[in-house]
Amino acid sequence: MAELLTSSQAAVKLVESGMTIMVGGFGVCGLPENLLHALAETDARDLSLISNNGSVDGWGNGRLIANGQVRKMYSSYIGENDVLTGKLIAGEIEVELVPQGTLAERIRAAGAGIPAFFTPTGFGTAIAEGKESREFNGRGCILETALNADVAFIKAYKADKKGNLVFRKTARNFNPIMATAAKITIVEAEEIVENGELEADQIHTPSVYVDYLVKGENYAGRIEKRTNRK
Amino acid sequence: MPGASKKERIASRIAKELQDGFYVNLGIGIPTLVANYIPEKYDIFLQSENGLLGIGPYPLEGDEDADLINAGKETVTTLPGSSFFSSADSFAMIRGGHIDATVLGAMEVSEQGDIANYMIPGKLVKGMGGAMDLVAGSRNVIVAMMHTNKAGESKILKECSLPLTGKRCVNMIVTDLAVMQVGSEGLILRETAEGVSISEVQNKTQATLKIADDCIEGSY
Repeated sequence: MAELLTSSQAAVKLVESGMTIMVGGFGVCGLPENLLHALAETDARDLSLISNNGSVDGWGNGRLIANGQVRKMYSSYIGENDVLTGKLIAGEIEVELVPQGTLAERIRAAGAGIPAFFTPTGFGTAIAEGKESREFNGRGCILETALNADVAFIKAYKADKKGNLVFRKTARNFNPIMATAAKITIVEAEEIVENGELEADQIHTPSVYVDYLVKGENYAGRIEKRTNRK
Repeated sequence: MPGASKKERIASRIAKELQDGFYVNLGIGIPTLVANYIPEKYDIFLQSENGLLGIGPYPLEGDEDADLINAGKETVTTLPGSSFFSSADSFAMIRGGHIDATVLGAMEVSEQGDIANYMIPGKLVKGMGGAMDLVAGSRNVIVAMMHTNKAGESKILKECSLPLTGKRCVNMIVTDLAVMQVGSEGLILRETAEGVSISEVQNKTQATLKIADDCIEGSY
């Protein structure tokens, strides 16, 4: 059974300086914003973040980056965060750019107990430098290793008290795989329901992966690019 | 011809490469415009690598959903038959060769089919997003771009000078001037755009171009 915590502030006490944290989300969609913003109020420093993006300036991962709490980022795309790119150019933060599919697979592999895998993604590019390469079926491939974390911050739509999770629309993204790949998985959910209220057939993340649950609050519903048809 | 119409011309020509029943990933920029030229009678589903198969039109004002975006982080909608999935499933689709075609922009393409589109050292550091996986895993990689850069220099080169996104992975290049196919022995000029001669394309291309025997001038 997942342990139900009273607040995001209580949840982030599990994070210590120097830890590696996986943060679900794609841009600000499906981002565990309560946990991130609670962590931004703590003294945790020298953190490594594994997250697809740097979020945006001053929001989500961006708040931790602006605070100088992050030593290293693992991301596939950091184009939306000028503070992060500024810090990168100034040498104040380390960024490891990882192709998005390789990032997802390295996390999935970690959760599934697979230490490494070969992939054609990145063969013949800068990503391949220093990595073992091998040919399979006539295609060059590179060896990529599993990516683990100390803590995962996950945003779910609904959780039951056991810790089963359901995500909503494209807010799913990296959340289900990151939930499997850390020593401690902390989930903030928009709604926490009684066991049995979520259909067993509809569960996206089974409870075995979830250690702590907290009810998220005041979701901003933030949108990076509001785009409409006429 | 103004820049906007040139981009529309590239997009409409690429749409002709998409077959009924295809699953397609469209990148940001000119590739996104391709969606506007897919014949309505075609059952083509667009994949968004953040976890959506079957991208619908942009929402009406007031109908935006913060949990429903495309890979460009724009608000979108779904279609009957759409599905959501995780990033791992999304890239299994891409890397497993289940996506029939991917259309993406580029800064440079080489005559061997190398592509560079994710960074300019010392200037532009954004990251490759899903592009490295898309070019490595898609069955058909089509580049949509302007033929020359703002300084008028060819973006189609003997060798790319920028860091590569993928090596020997591009199948076709469609620019405002020409349609080129990447063959096993280099680039083949297949078509030129309306009002563009074969010699103009040759003059504006640094890479070596073989002219196809059945090359069509002014086809699009």
